[in-house]
Amino acid sequence: MKRFAALFQRLDETTKTSLKTAAMADYFRDAPDDDRLWTVALFSGRRPRRAVNATQLREWAAERAGIDQWLFEESYPIVGDLAETITLILPPPSAQSDLSLSHWINVLRGLHHVPLEERKARILEAWEQLETAERFLFNKLITGGFRIGVSQKLMTRALSMATGRDEAEMQHRLMGDWQPDTTSWHALIEAEDASADLSRPYPFYLAYQLDEGPDALGAPEDWRADWKWDGIRGQLILREGQHFLWSRGEELMTDRFPELARSLDFLPSGTVLDGEVLAFTEGAPLPFNALQKRIGRKTVPKKLLKEAPIILYAYDLLELEGADQRAEPYDTRRARLDELLKDLPPEAPVRLSPQLSFSDWSDLGRIREGARDAQAEGVMLKRGDSPYLAGRKKGDWWKWKLDPLTIDAVLIYAQQGHGRRANLFTDFTFAVRDGNGLTPFTKAYSGLTDEEFRQITDWVRKNTLERYGPVRQVRPEHVFEIAFEGIFESPRHKSGVALRFPRMSRWRRDKPVNEANTLDDLKEMLAAYG
Amino acid sequence: MAREPVLTFTPSGIYCPAGDFHIDPWRRVSRALITHGHADHARPGHGRYLATEAAMPVIRHRLGDIAIDTIRYGETRQIGGATVSFHPAGHVPGSAQIRVEVGGEVWVVSGDYKTEADGLSEPFEPVRCHAFITECTFGLPVFRWTPQEEVAAAINRWWAANAAEGRASILGAYSLGKAQRVLAALDPSIGPILTHGAVEATNRVMRDQGIALPDTLHVGPDFDAKAHPGPLVVAPPSALGSAWARRFRGASTGFASGWMRLRGVRRRRAADRGFVLSDHADWDGLLGAIRATEAERIFVTHGYTDIFARYLNEAGWDAQVVTTEYSGESLDEPASDGPADDVTEGAT
Ligand SMILES: [Zn+2]
Ligand SMILES: [Zn+2]
Repeated sequence: MKRFAALFQRLDETTKTSLKTAAMADYFRDAPDDDRLWTVALFSGRRPRRAVNATQLREWAAERAGIDQWLFEESYPIVGDLAETITLILPPPSAQSDLSLSHWINVLRGLHHVPLEERKARILEAWEQLETAERFLFNKLITGGFRIGVSQKLMTRALSMATGRDEAEMQHRLMGDWQPDTTSWHALIEAEDASADLSRPYPFYLAYQLDEGPDALGAPEDWRADWKWDGIRGQLILREGQHFLWSRGEELMTDRFPELARSLDFLPSGTVLDGEVLAFTEGAPLPFNALQKRIGRKTVPKKLLKEAPIILYAYDLLELEGADQRAEPYDTRRARLDELLKDLPPEAPVRLSPQLSFSDWSDLGRIREGARDAQAEGVMLKRGDSPYLAGRKKGDWWKWKLDPLTIDAVLIYAQQGHGRRANLFTDFTFAVRDGNGLTPFTKAYSGLTDEEFRQITDWVRKNTLERYGPVRQVRPEHVFEIAFEGIFESPRHKSGVALRFPRMSRWRRDKPVNEANTLDDLKEMLAAYG
Repeated sequence: MAREPVLTFTPSGIYCPAGDFHIDPWRRVSRALITHGHADHARPGHGRYLATEAAMPVIRHRLGDIAIDTIRYGETRQIGGATVSFHPAGHVPGSAQIRVEVGGEVWVVSGDYKTEADGLSEPFEPVRCHAFITECTFGLPVFRWTPQEEVAAAINRWWAANAAEGRASILGAYSLGKAQRVLAALDPSIGPILTHGAVEATNRVMRDQGIALPDTLHVGPDFDAKAHPGPLVVAPPSALGSAWARRFRGASTGFASGWMRLRGVRRRRAADRGFVLSDHADWDGLLGAIRATEAERIFVTHGYTDIFARYLNEAGWDAQVVTTEYSGESLDEPASDGPADDVTEGAT
């Protein structure tokens, strides 16, 4: 574990990506095979099956630290991370250990077969011989979520440096449904046949945000446009009579959207499509709210399948007849996609996302204004002669989103942040005016600068009216502009509405509370955009 | 007849009715007893001040021409019906806890304190009392400090490694107290030690009163950074990332603060390194200090007050939370801290 902890420390100690990449490349060059395979697995979101649940872990840690459970529970949100809270709250270790990362992973995997008391004993024993950084990582192995400022992209680059292989090839090798148990360092990273895995997706090409409008992009004739859908980006793979659906976050979502199983009735094997999963009825997409009910559900009840059936709105073709299409120009891929999907019957779960024709940029600007009516967030611009690249690369794909909706609201509750912001008030509840009173309608956590968070923290400390546990009710004095992407009806909320992606877009120091928006304004927005 | 408490909590701050004075008040009062020179404890505008001899120079430097009396540690003074004395708090040089006795009942105001001796501040001395008003900036069991010599060794190693690669090391440390504590712990054989104006101004005051600090070079507007390769630069946290710091191209940055114990805070600051070094007591330090006072009643001020008070109550003390306007160990130095010209230079 010491070698892995040293890597972790090198990564954690710097904000410079070049140093992070160099640290990982060094590690990948000479760590033992099992350790480096596990490291790739961990840094790409894989982890050993959970052997102990979080509640047990918290109880054992509090007990070992000699404190009551409530004190542990109060400390946890302030630290913001369970693995770290346990690490910090335990007394320093009494012994040392030179055992490897894979050893400790195997200890955890061995816990499934032993009784609870024995599990506890082995965890306590581990805590006793791991120093702070090692202990933190050991706990992370149990709780999951290795977010240590290393993106998959950075790791891919480090692997490419360590092995001398091309970065794009490495990126493709790491995609898909592999686990450390089903592969080896050699098979995953070094072996010649990289496409062996039937379900392996292609890396997604991600668009950059266009902030200034398209004028700087050059001649409109070189560009194609389609709607930017408000759904879930997905890659549908049809190979050898099987189908797989991958999310952009590299999550296999096949079982969540059983409608897509029928794609094989309409499309040949050896096809891979890039598109958007959308809730869709009667020839048109439903608002994101409908799809939201299906997110996070591993299995879907019948009722929901009826209420919010989904389709894949396809807009790109990555594989045809088993051949990789990504090097072809967009226009060619799109023509082949049109050809492939043109005669599909309406009951097919895949449809062609229409292209938008426009004569010049101002024409496209007018089309974009109608995006909300089409249940879209804006328009996408793609260069006609561009290949399908991997990852977020500037130049060929742009998203031109609508401006967000905004409302001016009054700050009424504040709560201390956690993790990165443990010493600041960052979690706020906002209200709109309602007669002489205030009705809370949303929370927001982000959007202010660090300096503004510091100022508001100072102010909250001096203007607390009441405390409810960690929550402080503050003097209703400050107005903030809240920006959001959508609004929908929600009987669970006192205001009757819920917002999508709310954030603080501006501190309206110029506005007194009696000029904040009202509940009626909010309801009008619901009627207009909900 | 119920006796009036020795100290009461008023909108202006902690007040002693028998002596008609305030301790570290945040509104203007006629007579203020000051525990130490940090901006949230020593504020401008009071009629008369009383502080320790060792704290006076810095307070005067910061607040300008004020009417200030001094007192030695342990010396008693009668103010109206109250007997007061000042005792080392170990927080920064000159810092004190203030003991107030009225009719045989003793209350102690801790100000800010830490229990580990730092080699620069007068070491913390527990004072027996009936009621203890304690800070609890780091009043959670996750805050446990490593011994100062280990942290100092880590800072020196970091500096030496950067210097070997020709890089400057910029360390953010609060300009009163933390900065000098860091300076005293540095190994000057590694390279030149440079300071930001806000830090150097405090250094000057402390050197004048006889506190030994290593030689430092002030980085003023015309300073030629290239002439001093591989330096360690001590600056207030707000100066990191400012135009002032940009002259040290490719520098590695670090912070020295108790908050660096939390990985999340460390990462939010986007510094390369965080060194866990606080001028406040950690969890064990707070509990040890409270036990040593033998007080039964505890009032807790700035920090995780609700949690800490609940813990004390469950452990058998009579504890309550007092709301104050003290700000604890800020990662960011308030703009009022230090002479204006130096701070604007380093303000972000
Ligand atoms: Zn202080
Ligand atoms: Zn303080």
